[in-house]
Amino acid sequence: MSGSGMNWSRTFTVARTDVKQLVLAKDFWMPMGILGSIFFVIVPLVLLFSITSLGDVEAVQNIANTLEVLPQKAQDQIKGDTPQGRTSYALAVFLFAPMAVVVPLTISTAVGAATLVGERERGTGEFLAHSPAGTKEIYLGKLMASLLPGYFTTMVGFTAYSLIVNVIVGPEVGGWFFPTTQWWLLMLWVLPGFLLIGLSLVLRLSGRVKSTAAAQQASGLITLPLIAISYAQASGAIYGTPTTTIVIGAIAWTIGITSTWKGMGAVKRQRLLGVADGV
Amino acid sequence: MGRVSSPPAPPAVSLRGIHKSFNDVPALVDLDVVAPDGRITVLLGPNGAGKTTAIRVVTGAMEPDAGTVRTLGLDPDADGEEVRHACGVVSAKPALYDRLTGLDNLRYAAELHGVDKRIIDERIRAAAGRFGIEHALHSQVGGYSTGMKTRLALARSVLHDPRLLLFDEPTSGLDPESAQAVLQLIRDMTTDGHTVVMCTHHLVEAEGLADHVVVLDAGTDLVSGRPDDLIKGFWPDDSVEIAVEGNPTLDDLTVLPGVIRIERSKRGTRVILERPDVTPDVVEALVRAGHRIRMVNPHDPTLEELYFAVRRSARDLGETATQEVMS
Repeated sequence: MSGSGMNWSRTFTVARTDVKQLVLAKDFWMPMGILGSIFFVIVPLVLLFSITSLGDVEAVQNIANTLEVLPQKAQDQIKGDTPQGRTSYALAVFLFAPMAVVVPLTISTAVGAATLVGERERGTGEFLAHSPAGTKEIYLGKLMASLLPGYFTTMVGFTAYSLIVNVIVGPEVGGWFFPTTQWWLLMLWVLPGFLLIGLSLVLRLSGRVKSTAAAQQASGLITLPLIAISYAQASGAIYGTPTTTIVIGAIAWTIGITSTWKGMGAVKRQRLLGVADGV
Repeated sequence: MGRVSSPPAPPAVSLRGIHKSFNDVPALVDLDVVAPDGRITVLLGPNGAGKTTAIRVVTGAMEPDAGTVRTLGLDPDADGEEVRHACGVVSAKPALYDRLTGLDNLRYAAELHGVDKRIIDERIRAAAGRFGIEHALHSQVGGYSTGMKTRLALARSVLHDPRLLLFDEPTSGLDPESAQAVLQLIRDMTTDGHTVVMCTHHLVEAEGLADHVVVLDAGTDLVSGRPDDLIKGFWPDDSVEIAVEGNPTLDDLTVLPGVIRIERSKRGTRVILERPDVTPDVVEALVRAGHRIRMVNPHDPTLEELYFAVRRSARDLGETATQEVMS
């Protein structure tokens, strides 16, 4: 617990205190809640409700026809006997999967970008620099605190989304069907891996740049391509077999853990102090 | 068997030959600082003298480019966790989390310092009570006054019962009453056996508080030691104060040997002499210039006088050295 080893108790203390500060910041969780609501509640609600209410009209028939471009394995999974049933099932299961990655990545990187540089800007980095907490403990604590809000929002949004999907689409396909196995794997296995990759990179930036504004700008450059990759991989995880999903998740975790390990050096006491050569 | 005297306690802080630069700008240059155990050591110096950097080096928050650091006998580079656990720091800005309550701030510090969970509440109550902030513990720190923030930062620094307390300008931004109260609290801490190292550029604060003084300028130590010893060393003879009626400038008098300085105030002008034997010459010069002398008294030089004298003499030495190099 002490010496040169990790003191997990201190790591959790750093994480808990950071999360507490976020919870107390209305200007943070209000936009976060709105973002989650748009992606997981409002858009799916409007879209799925429209399709199931429209009936067997030409537009729905056309969308149903486009489902043929999906991989055969994905097509085999689609349930429902009517065009609107099959269309709403496909949208619920396949279209919104990447959103589950975009929301937590956006939220977590916004938090992560400000976390280390914010300590320096507020002057509280001086307190951490003089504390017995190790730099790795601070880094991992900050990483956890950045990961949790995004993941928590996503899980709450995911729960709401599951309810919406089951209530609106369920009657069309013979009962409650969501989440599917692939969705469970995506949320519990693939998503945390991608979050870890994104945050390990963003925290490195946050430890090095001079201001929160610079960190936000730079993190955008990192997270945009990452979101694109995650979007594609999340789609693949949903379209493919559970094995494919497990493999994608394993790769994400491997990259994420390696990147986190290498990123631990981003926290230097001198950088927390904000002195000239530490920046 | 005769009594064996115990060896003197090793210093709480020992900095030897410390160099530190930021982007090639020197911040500390061959700095030597020794802070005796169980005493209050005051680092005196103007802004930019290197006081804050010295404090940062002591805890290992900053690594020096060269030199040897020993804090409580340990090397902060190798034993950083142990060193920082034994230190309580109040930085120039209180470094508090404004969104959290005072209680949360204290709890965070206590947990990072590994205070036993069973006694955290008791420690927080004791520290908050000692610094008079127990009534505000459940309020957000963002709403605290500057004085309250300083008190909270002081309370936070003693929560884990550190052996060494490092205070960087602890009274900056405080009104005189709050500053006096904070200084009294710092004074009280050494009676509990703590070692205090405090930075300030307020000379009045150091007066009467410091057991040991280090005068810094441009990142280096000019003099260090007990204030009385330093004053005696600088002015071995008893100094003299001549009070002159009215408020004359007396600038031409400063060239006379033995005149330390001339002070002008509403009450009149005072001439401070570094030794009694120059008194007749100065009195004669004053009378010849038509000034009336109100009184002649023995004078005890203050730390403030020492500080300015040391800095003046360092400047003079620097100018002489420059002239020698140029010639």
